[in-house]
Amino acid sequence: MKTLVIASHNNSTLSPVTLAAVSAALKIGASFDIFVAGKGCATVAEEAAKIDGVSAVLVADHDALEYQAAENLAATLQANAEGYSHIVAPATSVMKDALPRLAALLGVGQISDITGVNGEAEFVRPIYAGNAIATVTSSDAVKVITVRTSAFDAAPTGAGTGAITAVDNAVDCGLSRVVSEEIAQSERPELASASIVVSGGRGVGSEENFALIEKLADRLNAALGASRAAVDAGFIGNDHQVGQTGKIVAPDLYVAVGISGAIQHLAGMQGSKVIVAINKDPDAPIYEVADYGLVGDLHDLVPELEAKLASVL
Amino acid sequence: MKILVPVKRVIDYNVKVRIKQDCSDVDLSNTKMSINPFCEIAVEEALRLKEAGTASEVIAVCIGPKIVKEQILAALAMGADRAIRIDVEEQPEPLVIARLLAKVAEQEDAGLIMMGKQAIDSDNNQVGQMLAGIMGRPQGTFASVVKIEGDEALVTREVDGGLQTVALKLPAIVTADLRLNEPRFTKLPDIMKAKRKPIAETTAADLGVEVTSTQQQLSVAAPATRQAGIKVASVDELVDKLKNEAKVI
Repeated sequence: MKTLVIASHNNSTLSPVTLAAVSAALKIGASFDIFVAGKGCATVAEEAAKIDGVSAVLVADHDALEYQAAENLAATLQANAEGYSHIVAPATSVMKDALPRLAALLGVGQISDITGVNGEAEFVRPIYAGNAIATVTSSDAVKVITVRTSAFDAAPTGAGTGAITAVDNAVDCGLSRVVSEEIAQSERPELASASIVVSGGRGVGSEENFALIEKLADRLNAALGASRAAVDAGFIGNDHQVGQTGKIVAPDLYVAVGISGAIQHLAGMQGSKVIVAINKDPDAPIYEVADYGLVGDLHDLVPELEAKLASVL
Repeated sequence: MKILVPVKRVIDYNVKVRIKQDCSDVDLSNTKMSINPFCEIAVEEALRLKEAGTASEVIAVCIGPKIVKEQILAALAMGADRAIRIDVEEQPEPLVIARLLAKVAEQEDAGLIMMGKQAIDSDNNQVGQMLAGIMGRPQGTFASVVKIEGDEALVTREVDGGLQTVALKLPAIVTADLRLNEPRFTKLPDIMKAKRKPIAETTAADLGVEVTSTQQQLSVAAPATRQAGIKVASVDELVDKLKNEAKVI
């Protein structure tokens, strides 16, 4: 029994969510390899080799894998899947795209977005937007799994001595090409793995007013989040959306500003350790999950909070 | 170009989920059911492509027992031209669904399969990708813009860092995200008209697909609930609580 963990990365650095997937893999069994698929991704492989306990790091470095397009990534993983009982990846947009395709190529099912591991064939996963938690088993010969990374701690890294091996069987299906990308560049922590998240909702009122939320986020060295309503209204880009269909986060501190607390939003953040809500409506559903609620006009309260934090941090 | 749109019958998205007493599953008795919202967005997008002259026909396909006719009629009322129902007793696993859809897509020679990115009941987010893999076709998942240019589909996708636009060689599979469009409301005359549209019926056996199962749901539990906390009176009190009680800053 051996697990292959697929690394999440941007061709230069390993994303920390990979370590959460490794944690899930370690609950399945002790033995695991890491697969790095990309273009010019040698530094990622070096980082992956330092993850504690990793046996081998397989690297497919190929033009066709620059964006880890699902067609090419799934075919490449299929070509390297032999000998593995489990194939595990963090539930990033890249892996959610590629892993079901891989499962189909292997003729097996997939277990999506697991939040718990009860042995090598039994897993826990949320269904119905997190309103129910299912325990499922799989009898497939190879278990293809995506991991909700907010549900697992980062596995230790730094002491690993994995052997880096290049594989030369990367596949170019020639079915699709990337025309353009608009990837937001930010100095802020990554939303999915940040320890503090500050999110704004419809109540923020405008794109300009979102600067208040950004300032508070920067004061706390937090990632910036948003509700679907704020994204739909054009206040901020879709990459910030927290919720059932956006990103699932579970930071130590989640600050929800001007967010009423639709069930789809709660599904994305109610695993947070401490939740703070700031809203002008004292009956907003967000207060039902908030540890600390502050009722009032966010346009006054947020700058005041930002200023007072400046004096205590 | 024909567009195939799979639609799934699921719990209405406004209904509160109840767990059965014996914790075997979610209780769907006496529950309002609807078309999965992402499937509805996919139907809308297919109709817009037809209205723009890009597509010639929109075919809805639904897998399930007779009762799923409710959702088929909803898709036909929106404007789909005809429908296919694949008769099965219980909802098959995603891989089997993808195999069934692949057979229908081949039979219909569909140029585009436009579908929801996930169903809001099982939250699997698998079938579109599996279907593309089985058919050896390109896939554009989490779509927020779809354009057909020549023999390619240009799909803008919502990805973790922002947006990515890919060009897919047709035939292709595209899965709809929330911001792709806002589905139209259907009017009463459309519902009457839908009842006269053809619904073909087939079975897994007719399609040559074996309905297998490798996954089993052992139990379903309610999620851990959070206790509502306290309301603080001022920013000073909030900062004090965060620093000295919760110790998160």
